[in-house]
Amino acid sequence: MSFMDILALIIPAAIVSAAPLIFTALGGVFSERSGVVNIGLEGLMLFGAFTGAVTIYYCEQLGLGSASPWISFAAAMVVGALLASIHALASITLKADQVISGVALNFLAAGLAIFLTKKIFHAGQTPVISERISKSDIPYLSDIPFIGKLFFSNAYATSYVAVLFAVIVWYVLYKTPFGLRLRSVGEHPMAADTMGIKVPKMRYIGVLLSGAFAGLGGAVYVASISGNFTHSTITGQGFMALAAMIFGKWHPLGALGAALFFGLAQAISISGSHIPFLEDIPKVFLLIAPYVLTILALAGLVGRADAPKALGTPYEKGKR
Amino acid sequence: MQNNNNKIKFLVPLVSVLLGLLIGGIIMLVSDYDPFEAYVALFQGIIGGPYFIGETIRQMSPLILAGLAVAFAFRTGLFNIGVEGQLLVGWLASVYVGVFVDAPAIIHIPLAILAAGVAGALWGAIPGILKAKFKVHEVITTIMMNYIALYSTNEIIRQFMLAPGERTKTIKETASLSSPFLQKITDYSTLHYGIIVALIAAVIMWFILWRTTLGFELRAVGFNQHASQYAGINVSKNIVLSMAISGVFAGIAGSMEGLGTYQYMTINAAFTGVGFDGIAVALLGANSAIGVVLGAALFGGLKIGALNMQSIAGVPTELVGVVIALIIFFVACSYIVHWLMNRVNKGGKI
Repeated sequence: MSFMDILALIIPAAIVSAAPLIFTALGGVFSERSGVVNIGLEGLMLFGAFTGAVTIYYCEQLGLGSASPWISFAAAMVVGALLASIHALASITLKADQVISGVALNFLAAGLAIFLTKKIFHAGQTPVISERISKSDIPYLSDIPFIGKLFFSNAYATSYVAVLFAVIVWYVLYKTPFGLRLRSVGEHPMAADTMGIKVPKMRYIGVLLSGAFAGLGGAVYVASISGNFTHSTITGQGFMALAAMIFGKWHPLGALGAALFFGLAQAISISGSHIPFLEDIPKVFLLIAPYVLTILALAGLVGRADAPKALGTPYEKGKR
Repeated sequence: MQNNNNKIKFLVPLVSVLLGLLIGGIIMLVSDYDPFEAYVALFQGIIGGPYFIGETIRQMSPLILAGLAVAFAFRTGLFNIGVEGQLLVGWLASVYVGVFVDAPAIIHIPLAILAAGVAGALWGAIPGILKAKFKVHEVITTIMMNYIALYSTNEIIRQFMLAPGERTKTIKETASLSSPFLQKITDYSTLHYGIIVALIAAVIMWFILWRTTLGFELRAVGFNQHASQYAGINVSKNIVLSMAISGVFAGIAGSMEGLGTYQYMTINAAFTGVGFDGIAVALLGANSAIGVVLGAALFGGLKIGALNMQSIAGVPTELVGVVIALIIFFVACSYIVHWLMNRVNKGGKI
């Protein structure tokens, strides 16, 4: 097996496993940049996966064909935002502990999704869908020697959308007045309030967007990787996205890079046994690598990661 | 005033539980199930006979310990989401001692439990050290440590302790907490002596927090780090210590599974969920030892009763997960209860 073959095996797989993480991590950036901790990403992603699986199934029944996954993405975003509104209500308006509210959200999403699956399908899982996102070569770009084969052939459209979204989110957060307001609310809400920015409103937007993106991440996972929803479809990807966001220093492009890197680790852990010099590395090191690296990053050993200043503190007008 | 505060302390969990069950009932009604039939079946599945009582108490033991772990850290102002991971390493350590050590029961059982506690303490101390030394938030590190524990324990079982059936060998009888006597009086449920360990742990937690200098310092750090520092308390030391002690409880919770319920450890595809339930238990129990025991009784009961609810009323067990989530939301939003109480009180006085 040549080096080129190895790369051709791993890199597309890495990009595939990274796409759901990228979407969810971007969601995390929105919420945490506005100052609201979102441990609930896991639950939001899980419910997005459930919504995606159910929507695709029914769209297929209606004969919508290859449009089904894309419709499901829209549905998962709406449902994700709705679910996140509970977290927003609890942690912004009712000033609940944001971490606890997020934990409760994870419980709620997991319970509700399986409850509904059993109710609707009388089984522990949704039917396997046939309309997945199809793999395709990108015209022209896939003809580029070397990189064309690695990055632009035999890949899912959703992966490129994910990368595109990361750039858009970066632009929105760092180059528009809206982004400045959102970030200011997470750094120093009182100063932002003094300047006439409505703190709760901005935070609501941040949390709802995180729900939409995490929901999308879950649906993309179903449409490209798992093909249906079971209780074990989403087990930790949401937390891994959270880790990617932190490892990416709460920055959209950082999160993108971290998610791609974690995707690479996952891809190697799955197909590493076929690769000559990687087969000796125990799989477990690759499995725990994302988490260990995140801890090291936070400890300042792999570049310093600083959270938004007001992260985790409810804003009370007039409190000093 | 004191009286009023106490009233709220009881009222918040009580109202939250009732609201959670109420909304759970509405969800069942909307989903075309009969909530009355379901709740009757749920209730019977908790205390409707010696077998159910035995199962509920068995379910309580790890929940009490997990709840104590979360509550203990909370008292020092730390949020230990890592109970799940500490529980897994504790489970593995207890099974390791149970399988590979030869000793009479009087030594073997305490040794296995001790091993679980030490493993949990070490696993819990890491986020504590990271917090004390590098100011890294413990919520994130403990979540990451959970996954590291999950994959590492699985790998250790695969490499060193594998028996047929994707699990370790069964522990030696001398390390087992199982009790033919308790099983017999509860109509052959899986009840074991773990509940005694859990209750002793609850007393120890109360004692450490409220009757020792260490406990005073830990609580002081929880109230106000800066003031504690100024008063000469070593804040860093207390943070590490608090996480380590919290980890001891969590590790011992793992030994409940390893020495009691299962007598071995499986290769886990996902988390047990006990650690996360511990958060719910601690929250509902307002981080007090007695509250944790009561909270564990409620949530343990709900989990066991759910099985009966599914078989009799046909309602999926996951409904109980939804109800528990709702209860946590309501307790977390106690702000609104306080606000309502204030409104009512003012209204009464004017």
